[in-house]
Amino acid sequence: MSKDNSFSRKELNSADNELVQNPFAGVDFAELELSLYRPRTLFTIILSCLVTVMTFVALIPLFAVLWMLIWRGGQKLSLALFTELPPAPLEQGGGFGNAIIGTVIMVGLATLITVPLGVLTGVFLAQAQDSKLAGGVRFAAKVLTGFPSILAGVFAYGAVVLAMGGFSAIAGAIALSILMLPTIILTSESAIAMVPAKMKEAAIGIGATSAQTALMVLLPTAMPGILTGIMLAVARAAGETAPLLFTALFSNYWIATNGQVELMPGCPSPIRSNSPGQRRWCLFLSS
Amino acid sequence: MASASSKAQLREEVASWNPGQIWQAPTQTQRLLDSAFRRLCVGFAAFTILLIAWLVLEIAFRAMPAFREHGLGFIYGTTWDPNKAQYGILPEIWGTLYTSLLALVVGSAFGVAAAIFLSEGYLGEFVFKILKRGNLHAHPVWGKLPERLELLLKNLIELLAAVPSVVYGLWGLFVIIPMIRPACNWLHAQFGWIPFFSTTLSGPGVLPAVFVLSIMILPTITAISRDALASVPPKLRMAAYGLGATRWETILGVLLPTAARGIFGGIVLGCGRALGETMALAMLVGNANRLTVSLFSPANTLAALLANSFPEAGAKEIPVLMYAALILLAITLVVNIVGALVLERAAGKAVAR
Repeated sequence: MSKDNSFSRKELNSADNELVQNPFAGVDFAELELSLYRPRTLFTIILSCLVTVMTFVALIPLFAVLWMLIWRGGQKLSLALFTELPPAPLEQGGGFGNAIIGTVIMVGLATLITVPLGVLTGVFLAQAQDSKLAGGVRFAAKVLTGFPSILAGVFAYGAVVLAMGGFSAIAGAIALSILMLPTIILTSESAIAMVPAKMKEAAIGIGATSAQTALMVLLPTAMPGILTGIMLAVARAAGETAPLLFTALFSNYWIATNGQVELMPGCPSPIRSNSPGQRRWCLFLSS
Repeated sequence: MASASSKAQLREEVASWNPGQIWQAPTQTQRLLDSAFRRLCVGFAAFTILLIAWLVLEIAFRAMPAFREHGLGFIYGTTWDPNKAQYGILPEIWGTLYTSLLALVVGSAFGVAAAIFLSEGYLGEFVFKILKRGNLHAHPVWGKLPERLELLLKNLIELLAAVPSVVYGLWGLFVIIPMIRPACNWLHAQFGWIPFFSTTLSGPGVLPAVFVLSIMILPTITAISRDALASVPPKLRMAAYGLGATRWETILGVLLPTAARGIFGGIVLGCGRALGETMALAMLVGNANRLTVSLFSPANTLAALLANSFPEAGAKEIPVLMYAALILLAITLVVNIVGALVLERAAGKAVAR
C-alpha cells in the first residue's frame, strides 16, 4: 500500500497513459477463468453446488408431507367423511362433519373479532406514520407475530374459560383472534401505505374529513391487499390446534345446546380418531 | 366525437351541481363521525399494546398461587409428581432450550443457504442459460420463465410454513421416526460413549423433534434473510466484482457481513418460533421428564407439557401449569423482543445508508 501512495505525479501519469493504451496490461486472463483447478474458483463452484443442494433438500419435506397426505388420506376420501359424525371407538366409517362445522364457526367468530380491530389499527398506523404510539403499536404487533399459540390458549383459558366457567367456542375464537391480529394489522398497514399519496391528498384537497378519506378512498383502494392479509390469517387460524385443546375442547357430536363446540382440525384426530385416513384428511383440509 | 359530447355532458352536469353541497365545511354530524372514527382507530391501536400487557398480567395473576407455594424452587426442581404435589420444570426448560438451539443450528444453516440461493438468482440464471441454448431467452412467454420459477421457488419455501404443525407431527411419527431409527441405533451401537448417542431411539425423542422443528423455522429464517440480502445496495456487489472478487468471495466478504443484522434478526425470530412450537413437539419429543443431552432419548418441552397436561389438569394443577406458561412467556417474549429490535435497527441502518 505504501508503495501505491508514494507515486509521484509523473509516475502516475505514465501509469495512466499505459493504462489508457493497454487497459488489460498485466492481467493474466488464464487466472480469471472459472476453472476447477484454481482454488479460488473451485471454492466458488463447490459452495454454489452446496447451496443449491441444501435448498432442494430443504424442500423435500414439503413434498413428502403432501405425498403422505394425498396418498394415505386420499384412499379414504368419500362424501360421508364430510357429513357424518366420527365413529364410535372400534367402528369403521363415519366422518368429521362436526369438526368442519366447528372450525368454520370458530374461525368465523375470530375473524369477526379481529378484522375491525386489525384493519382500523392498520389505518391508524398508515396515517400516523411517525408518532410514538404508532411505533409502539407496530413493535407490539411484530412481537405478537411470534407469540406461541399455546400461550394464547392458556390466556383464553384464564380469561374466558375460568371466568365464564366452561369451555366454549367463544374462548377458542378469542385464542385464535390473538394469533390472527398481528398478521391483519401488519398486512393492512402495508396495503394502506401503498395507496398513492396523491389519492389521499386529493381527497383531503376536496375537503374530505379524515374518516371520509379513510373509509371512501384508502380502504377501497387497499382492499385487495387487506383481503390477502385476512386470508393468510384465516388460513393460519384454521390450522391451529394447540390453543383449542383447552378452550373449546372437543366433542364428537353436532353443536350441543350448552355452547360447547365440537372441533376441529387435529384435535379429535390425533387423540381420538381410529382411522388414519380420516385423520389425515382432516388435517389436509385444514392446511 | 363521442369524447367531445361526453365532455359537454360532464360540463352540463357540473354546472347543474349545487355548489353549496360541495363547497361547505363538514357538517356537525360529519365532524362528530370523524372524531369518533379517529378515536376508534387510536383506541384499537392502543389496545394492541394493552393486549400484550393483558396477556402477561392474566397469566401472571393465575400463576400467583403456585408462585407463592413453590417459589423459585419450581424453576430448578427436577421432579414432576402431581400425587406428591412436587413440581419442578428444570427438565422442561432444558428440553425447550436444547431442542430449540439444535433446531436453530440446522434450520439456520439450511435457511441461510436457501436465502443465498434465492437472492443470487441461481435458478433463474440456470433456466436462462438453458433457454439461451434454444434461443428462447427473448421469447415473450418463455423469456419470463426464469422469473416465474424464482417466484415459484420462493413461494414453495414459504409454503413450508403453511403446513399446520399437527401435520408435521404426524409426518414425524409415521415417516421420520421409522426412517431414522436404524441409523440412530447403529450410531448408538458404534459410538455409544459419546454423550449425544448415549441411548437408543425407541420411538419419539429429541432428534425427530429437532428435525421437524428445524423444518418449521426454516421459512422464517429464509424469508427474513432473503429480504436482508436483497436490500444490500447493488453497488457494493458491483464494487466487489469490479475488484476481481469471485461470486463467493463477494457473498462471504461483502453481502453476508452487510446483511448480518437482518439475518441475525431472522434467526432470533426463528428461535422464538421454535421455543413456542407446541403440537409437533408434543407428538414427537416423548414427554419424558428427563434431563438429558442424548439426541435419541425422549425429553419434554414447556409447550408440550402445557399441551399434554392442561386438558386433564385438576384445579390444583392449573396454577402450576400457569406458572410454567409464565416462564415460557418470559423466554419467548424476551427472544421475540430482541429479534424485533435487531430487525428494526437493521432496517434503520439500511435507510440511513
